[in-house]
Amino acid sequence: MHIFEFIRPADQAAAIAGAAHSKTAQQGADVRFMGGGTTLIDLMKLNVETPARVLDINRLPLDKIEPTPDGGLKIGAIVRNSDLAYHAKVQKDYSVLSQAILNGASPQIRNMATVAGNLLQRTRCVYFRDTAMPCNKREPGTGCPAIPGHNRTLAILGTSEHCIATNPSDMCVAMAALDATIHIQGPKGSRTVAFGDFHLLPGNTPHRETVLEAGDLITHVTLPPPVTGSKQVYLKLRDRASYEFALASAAVVLTVSGGNISRARIALGGVGTKPWRSPEAEAALAGKPANDANFRQTAEAALRSAKAQSENGFKIELAKRCLTHALRMATAS
Amino acid sequence: MEDNNSLPESSQPNRRQFLLTGTLAAGVFAVHTHAQAFAHESELTRTVDGSAVTGAVPITLRINGKDHKLEIDPRTTLLDCIRETVALTGTKKGCDHGQCGACTVHVNGRRVLSCLNLALMHDGEEITTVEGLGTPEAMHPMQASFQACDAYQCGYCTSGQIMSAVALLKEPCGPDDAAVKELMSGNICRCGAYANIVAAIQQVRKHA
Repeated sequence: MHIFEFIRPADQAAAIAGAAHSKTAQQGADVRFMGGGTTLIDLMKLNVETPARVLDINRLPLDKIEPTPDGGLKIGAIVRNSDLAYHAKVQKDYSVLSQAILNGASPQIRNMATVAGNLLQRTRCVYFRDTAMPCNKREPGTGCPAIPGHNRTLAILGTSEHCIATNPSDMCVAMAALDATIHIQGPKGSRTVAFGDFHLLPGNTPHRETVLEAGDLITHVTLPPPVTGSKQVYLKLRDRASYEFALASAAVVLTVSGGNISRARIALGGVGTKPWRSPEAEAALAGKPANDANFRQTAEAALRSAKAQSENGFKIELAKRCLTHALRMATAS
Repeated sequence: MEDNNSLPESSQPNRRQFLLTGTLAAGVFAVHTHAQAFAHESELTRTVDGSAVTGAVPITLRINGKDHKLEIDPRTTLLDCIRETVALTGTKKGCDHGQCGACTVHVNGRRVLSCLNLALMHDGEEITTVEGLGTPEAMHPMQASFQACDAYQCGYCTSGQIMSAVALLKEPCGPDDAAVKELMSGNICRCGAYANIVAAIQQVRKHA
């Protein structure tokens, strides 16, 4: 691990000022905010992340879950994943989020990991994590050894010829389906970003993963008012029963009336270079009767643009079956 | 662990003391080698052995109810601080990357992985290690249950398993074995003692 300066900013303004001079908020940042540390310390040990300054934001007053005036929910940036997953209102009104979080990592990690940190969780691609290997995400222009190499767990949606790294988050998949909004305070003021606009596709700049600029501090995430009577399921498929990243996952939020799907919000995990909201799947399902044939068609629509690599072609069918089954589970009761 | 040989105690070197001395010397050396990078930042500070170095940061770590005033390299993980600086070696280092659970401790009553935390993040917080649960004479019920159920083979993961198991007692956990297995999935046992680990935890829960 490289040496760094450890600072605990007194307040939000000091945190932002302390990070504003970083040359980037993306890969290679020389200033990092420290939340739970579950990603950052891991990558600092591997010398994938080498910040010269670490700003500990764990004692800033960003740890509350509060109702919003419009009936939604405001979730502070450093709320721990376990506190969010077990929050009574989340379990009742946004259960897909609770399910997704409890399907991720382990109780210890969920006790540490923050909401904002989870938004910024980094890929588990082995080439990204190994500084002996080239990686366009870690060192732009060096190439992507995953494309001709080991790519069994890597992405099939949103890839480019420069990067096929999977976004590993479970929480983000649920937030994508719930139409969350991310609130950012930066050197130039505050702004909000719709969840779907926050993460970037790799394209030819895979080292840029989000819209964050130097000094930008995520302060909270808001969820819109709950959809009354919606059926919510998060289904995750993986190599072992627990404590493992998804090969494919699906978050579905459905409204069913008279046997028809009147509203569908669908996102996929473990298969995309970013948390994968699927408007194609939602359009395919909206207004249709809830039955297996329509669920399968929805899954076909969701995966239509999927691109297989040498080892991960199985994920296309796996993701289809995952989504089909999640839709079946959501409409079963 | 007790050394078991025939020499009278006074004439043999104490194994743990020997290891501790070696570790401290290595730790001081490590701080010196990167001290130059920190020359701008702080005045001379002292390490635990009293020698002067630059770059070390003062911290008070409260472990098992006792305050430890330390001066540490900012890179020191909570795990390394507990084991190498405070010399409480019950907490184990397995993968050092948050994948095995051997390093599980409690911070303010909640279980966390000490390998993915910097010690500096926990200045003033309440840390509990396996040494703080019970003693060989007065074991915590979970420690006694692990022993009674033979919930280990090599024992390396055991302190992490027990720290997780004790925390689980206060977490939302369904009554069946499957719920226990799910909430214990962050603690890997290379020997595969899982069945007995679940039995040990369920025995404590039944009598709680």
